[in-house]
Amino acid sequence: MAFNGHQREDEGIDEDETPTKQPRSEKEMPGCFKTEPHNEASASAGRSTSERRTSNSTMRHRADSVKKTRPPFPWFGMDIGGTLVKLVYFEPKDITAEEEQEEVENLKSIRRYLTSNTAYGKTGIRDVHLELQDLTLCGRTGNLHFIRFPTHDLPAFLQMGRNKHFSSLHTTLCATGGGAYKFESDFRTMADLQLHKLDELDCLIRGVLYIDSVMSSGPSECYYFENPTDPDHCVQKPYTLENPYPLLLVNIGSGVSILAVYSESNYKRVTGTSLGGGTFLGLCCLLTGCSTFEEALEMASQGESTRVDKLVRDIYGGDYERFGLPGWAVASSFGNMMSKEKRESVSKEDLARATLVTITNNIGSITRMCALNENIERVVFVGNFLRVNTLSMKLLAYAMDYWSKGQLKALFLRHEGYFGAVGALLELLHPS
Amino acid sequence: MAEFVRLDSSTSRHTMDKSITLPPDEIFRNLENAKRFAIDIGGSLTKLAYYSTVQHKVAKVRSFDKATKEAASDKLYEISVQEEVTARLHFIKFENAYIETCLDFIKDHLVNTETKVIKATGGGAHKFKELIERKLGLKVDKEDEMTCLIKGCNFVLRNIPHEAFVYAKHADSEFRFQTTQPDIFPYLLVNIGSGVSIVKVESEDKFERIGGSSIGGGTFWGLGALLTKTKRFDELLQLASKGQHTSVDMLVKDIYGGSYGSLGLTGDLIASSFGKSATADKEFSKEDMAKSLLHMISNDIGQLACLYAKLHNLSRVYFGGFFIRGHPVTMHTITYSINFFTKGEVQALFLRHEGYLGAIGAFLKGAEEDNPNQYSWGENYAGSSGLMSVSPDMNPMQRARSGTFPFDMLEMDRLERQLVNLPLLQDPSSYIPDTMDLTEDALAREYWLYCFEEALDGVVKRAVASQPDMPEAAERAEKFRQKYRHKLQTLRHQPFAYGSLTVRSLLDTREHCLNEFNFPDPYSKIKQNENDIALKYYQKAVKSLEELSWEERQFALVRGVLAGNVFDWGAKAVSDVLESDPEFGFEQAKRQLEERPWLVDSYDQWLERLRGPPHKCALFFVDNSGVDIILGVIPFVRELLSRGTEVVLASNSGPALNDVTNGELQILTERIAAMDPVIQAGLREDRLTLVQSGSSSPCLDLSRLDKVLAQVVRERQTDLVIIEGMGRAIHTNYYAMLSCESLKMAVIKNSWLADRLGGKLFSVVFKYEVPAGKPSQGSAAVTPS
Repeated sequence: MAFNGHQREDEGIDEDETPTKQPRSEKEMPGCFKTEPHNEASASAGRSTSERRTSNSTMRHRADSVKKTRPPFPWFGMDIGGTLVKLVYFEPKDITAEEEQEEVENLKSIRRYLTSNTAYGKTGIRDVHLELQDLTLCGRTGNLHFIRFPTHDLPAFLQMGRNKHFSSLHTTLCATGGGAYKFESDFRTMADLQLHKLDELDCLIRGVLYIDSVMSSGPSECYYFENPTDPDHCVQKPYTLENPYPLLLVNIGSGVSILAVYSESNYKRVTGTSLGGGTFLGLCCLLTGCSTFEEALEMASQGESTRVDKLVRDIYGGDYERFGLPGWAVASSFGNMMSKEKRESVSKEDLARATLVTITNNIGSITRMCALNENIERVVFVGNFLRVNTLSMKLLAYAMDYWSKGQLKALFLRHEGYFGAVGALLELLHPS
Repeated sequence: MAEFVRLDSSTSRHTMDKSITLPPDEIFRNLENAKRFAIDIGGSLTKLAYYSTVQHKVAKVRSFDKATKEAASDKLYEISVQEEVTARLHFIKFENAYIETCLDFIKDHLVNTETKVIKATGGGAHKFKELIERKLGLKVDKEDEMTCLIKGCNFVLRNIPHEAFVYAKHADSEFRFQTTQPDIFPYLLVNIGSGVSIVKVESEDKFERIGGSSIGGGTFWGLGALLTKTKRFDELLQLASKGQHTSVDMLVKDIYGGSYGSLGLTGDLIASSFGKSATADKEFSKEDMAKSLLHMISNDIGQLACLYAKLHNLSRVYFGGFFIRGHPVTMHTITYSINFFTKGEVQALFLRHEGYLGAIGAFLKGAEEDNPNQYSWGENYAGSSGLMSVSPDMNPMQRARSGTFPFDMLEMDRLERQLVNLPLLQDPSSYIPDTMDLTEDALAREYWLYCFEEALDGVVKRAVASQPDMPEAAERAEKFRQKYRHKLQTLRHQPFAYGSLTVRSLLDTREHCLNEFNFPDPYSKIKQNENDIALKYYQKAVKSLEELSWEERQFALVRGVLAGNVFDWGAKAVSDVLESDPEFGFEQAKRQLEERPWLVDSYDQWLERLRGPPHKCALFFVDNSGVDIILGVIPFVRELLSRGTEVVLASNSGPALNDVTNGELQILTERIAAMDPVIQAGLREDRLTLVQSGSSSPCLDLSRLDKVLAQVVRERQTDLVIIEGMGRAIHTNYYAMLSCESLKMAVIKNSWLADRLGGKLFSVVFKYEVPAGKPSQGSAAVTPS
């Protein structure tokens, strides 16, 4: 897997108190200051770093007043899904010498551990390419890190929290996703941690809107595929998500939730489907013997689904003109597998590809129907199913465009699966 | 997609012995006159359709020629049995493995050579084209599959009452049949073949494929075969029915530990299908994987169907295709899914003859010049297998071992009359003719099935006696006995076989079976005799009524109708008395009647109403021959005429028990007119009209009546409907709501039924009703208590 982001592992980077390079983005979290209207110094977001440096004393002063309402470090947001745990961690980079001295050893050790590694244990991974640097949150500047590990390794994570005496830091751990409920008592008994449980859809939407707003001056968070129906000219293009509403938000995790979003606080879950990322991986494991998402995707990229699926042209010899169905359209997913000879002639790669295409197209068609029913033209797909899964993204882009005759636009976000965790972190900093 | 399954060698019926001999005359019936063949070849089943004419005996009555009258006898009219030719549609379903054997059989028995073309549809039509052309010497003419499907669907929805049903796995009766809607359009048809097609049907000729999905029956079969190494579709379903999906699927509670309360998602909901199988080191059972797959596919189809139904604002959604075809497992999962996604707002509907739609449609395409849609058709219970019979859809493995030829049949008779709703029904879409649904009421079912079985000997005896000149009548009657007994046995186990089981359907099935064995009218001579006797008393009866005061007369007229109604061979309690005591007379009948207050008694309101202005026109559905019609009904009608009310007498088109038929009634009224100036004037001035009901049943379905009757009712501005007799006013229509005044009169001649209704044998029902919000003219609004 290729990291396109910054990857540094030199020891001591977290000791470095002054930013070593120009920030990519520097924006205040707008919500954070809504409760601090008296603090005018911070009201204008987007000032340059040099400006901020020259007015250091003002910053200091403001920071002091914010400090009273600011939660103590460390700042985490956590989303415990059916398959993956998503963790965002804010690493402050503006720690003063004074703070440095006050900082307890436990906190320091956690910070160092998380920021100096890109992999944790056997399965934990930090998505370095997604890291947001020089981000200002609640008056503090630092980097936002994105970490994930499988839900079934949560006990190991808790054990680590215990070993690192996490509970001594008296922090509130904001968590969302079903696991926040399911594992609440495990957090308490195994790591002596009290979870602050949050609704996953609230967090998801908050996270999406926040990340999009802080990313607008850097590389675009949001993108789409131009010419989705022409494979030779299908290219990824940035998209500005201004005036995002109304918006159909499709979160593809283990299962799928489809939300219609009319404003930050006004949204509804339109429907969902159990045919999601978990189904893709689950079926691939059964059909090919693979065991990871990456493996399954790799196989899918080498396979040919048309050997597995029965196409319209397999039945009609061409298009089914009576109903405007093109010959290449899938008439029956896995339809060729009704035949014994064909079952014997397909490869594992073909099966993986067909599984991917089946699940993706199905999500596409349910989404399209929801968009029609809700009368919404913009669809944002998020969730970890889309991680390193350009195949599915292009398929979705194609399906939205083709079947709606260009009416619907499929949009994607770089931070795919982390929005729930980001939302949970925001809740920690600014309880709604 | 529709049924696109192709047979592969592994799925063909390896266990079948193709050389077995067919019991052909029981399957491909009436082949001699067969024409207009159509065939629908699916992935595993072939459906053959043809039109044929059936020659059978009908009883006709004819007035004696006046000139030769004295020479004849003292009989009123003569009865003759004539041959009549009627049209019948035959549909036969069998496994593809038998196609060659069947084609050979058809070729050998096909006498008619006018037929040049066979209409064909279905995914397999192409594959067998050459075989059909070679064997039958007919040109195969392919028809679009979807068009055929829709045509067939429209046809069964229009012509077969109780065609559509809701499936409820855990209810007392799994099948809840829907009443026929006056307007079947618009609806959504979700056809689940190897893929899914979602079609919106707006009218006979207007339909559109609005969507579909590639996740369908082929996905279940193909993916299922890969996962479980099980090759056959029905074996996969069997596996699924034994599995536990929760070991494979990730449920909401697997993620949340419980429910996701704020969204109202319960813990048992599937969050991610196959979510638990995303691991390399665990084994899953075939059953569990098959179950999970079934849920995944059913839920997905259900969800899409709901989204389309919502987008197009449709509430009637029918499901069909080989994925559904009579399989309780898939009907259950689809029903569950629809309930979940629409929160119960839309019901998943299934069709009894779903497997035949393509064949019916292809046939109709080929028969367009005969315009079959201008007629009404009726399901022939005697010749149709019924739902869930030992048909090729069910458990083929087992049947293969038993060596019987699995087939399923549907026969539809062309009705002489076009049938429509009675225009006076208050709400045709909610009208249910039958008072008791024996499909749901197990106790009632048991009683009536027993009752009909008990009565069978008597019916057989009467059938034989009705044809004294025919020596083989006894043999035919015995065949009738076997057939009807078999039907009763089938209904004991599958009460849903022909839609809701009702007393009416039991009676109708008996009539169909009698006709099948050429006993068109076992009661013809008895009716003739009774009519003769009753007619002799007519004048005397009228005279004694005229001597009464107005008020006394009104009561006597009602008692006359009720007493007359005691004469009924259809009721066992009465036929026993009639048979043992031929002197059982009208006066005795009156003494048998319950004294007022009757079991249901709104006589006072009726009398009050009679003090008001006359009705414009009364429609009277009559019941039995003899005393009932002549001494009970006609005097009552006579009084109505005298009041200035026009009367329309509606009687059966064909014979049923001792009910008076339209043909008989024509002669009877002529005879009465000859001795009664009131009746004569009525006929002459066209104030008394005779119409046929379009029915040949002892019961009455007000949603399937002769079009002419409906027209007359409308033209005459009918404002009173009178329904007489147990079959028409109690077994059916007891709760029927009409938009005008109505009077239901009957004597309960069955102690079990009397008990059910809280009365006793010979209790009287006199139910006079005025529709709410419509006070009867000139008198205070009265509604019975």
